[in-house]
Amino acid sequence: MSSEEWQIIWFTTWVSALSTVIILPFGLALAWALARYDWPGKSIVETLVSLPLVMPPVATGLILLKLFGRRGEIGGFLHDKLNFDVIFTWRAVLLALSVMSLPLLVRSARVAFEGVNPRLEQIARTLGAGNWRVFFTISAPLAARGIMAGMVLAFARALGEFGATIMIAGNIPGKTSTLSLAIFQNVQLGEDGAAFRLLGVSVALAFLAVWWSEWLLRSKRK
Amino acid sequence: MKLRVQQVKLPLAEFDLELDFEVEAFPVAIFGPSGAGKTSLLDLLAGLRQPTQAHIQLGETILTDTQKAIHLPPQLRKIGYVPQDLALFPHLSVRQNILYGAKPDRTDDSAFRVGHVIEVLEIEPLLARAVNHLSGGEKQRVALARALITAPQLLLLDEPLASLDAALKSKIIPYFHRIRDEFRVPMLYVTHDQDEVLALCQEVLLLERGRVVKRGSPFELFNQSR
Repeated sequence: MSSEEWQIIWFTTWVSALSTVIILPFGLALAWALARYDWPGKSIVETLVSLPLVMPPVATGLILLKLFGRRGEIGGFLHDKLNFDVIFTWRAVLLALSVMSLPLLVRSARVAFEGVNPRLEQIARTLGAGNWRVFFTISAPLAARGIMAGMVLAFARALGEFGATIMIAGNIPGKTSTLSLAIFQNVQLGEDGAAFRLLGVSVALAFLAVWWSEWLLRSKRK
Repeated sequence: MKLRVQQVKLPLAEFDLELDFEVEAFPVAIFGPSGAGKTSLLDLLAGLRQPTQAHIQLGETILTDTQKAIHLPPQLRKIGYVPQDLALFPHLSVRQNILYGAKPDRTDDSAFRVGHVIEVLEIEPLLARAVNHLSGGEKQRVALARALITAPQLLLLDEPLASLDAALKSKIIPYFHRIRDEFRVPMLYVTHDQDEVLALCQEVLLLERGRVVKRGSPFELFNQSR
């Protein structure tokens, strides 16, 4: 394997891991709110969160491009006020992976939180625990396996992301090129050897991630 | 310690819980058939449900006053609650369960200090065990200890013996006597078993479809109905 290929594998792995870490607090808060409370607009938020799962990734990418481009609502602000660019940098890869993998984390964590008996949380309150303590000592530990499984799935989804990433990050070698983008490019260029080497790595990483997530869920059921 | 439950209104699925009573002679039994609103009453007192209307006061502390928009959250009420399913934390050991509500500033001579609670309820041999490996009676004692260690000013017990067989019940009842005598904590005891009421309680409130329809000493009340 060439050093360029190693760089792509390394970049894809760490940016996927970072996106999973970044969506974790937000995803857990959202999953918790969806699992435990009824609030106005809940069904709209539920739908919005799940949208990246069913929409063409390229379409999600286009929305992100419009929002985070230099003339977009958010991208314009970041560029003008903070001199901070997102589009066609590694940050765009991170953004695309985060948005695309969030639904998997939220869905899995939500089911896990719904599986925690609310009576345990209520009784913890009568024992003097405030909301944060209840969350960190009762709800989160009891939902931990489901949350972990969701994180692994989100990570695996991020590893394989293509459509949204190519829209907002392009495929800049050494900068924004990920495994899936590099496989596509190699096939386009007729570099079948490189494409199949990266394919092998993708399959191995995805297999390990999904297998681990299944193992976590299985041991939860036991 | 007087518990005032005044002008309470809480809509339930089939009827409204509508209550107006004061009790002082603890332990008090809340007696009635299934679905009479007994658990809802305990949830209300523990702060786990919000009534549409109520003034609930324990001693000098106002727990809920809808007119003044007061609703003390459960963690500030100092009310211990042992629910029917006990709600022991399955991922924690017996020791961790019991210490969950312990406060580090408890003085050594308090009746509610950890060592004393463990001694009264004879929990020492169970401390390192996982709660899933306890018998029904052991779980009961652990749940009681966990609630007592918070030094509650009122202890709510929701059908604590309902899931135990007669032999086990007779073993657990003395622990309730010990709790009453050693800790002197006022208890509100929900049950639909007359024998438990006669064994433990000073006064009975008979609850039917969300209302107190009779009250009196256990002896009076059960003699009338026989």
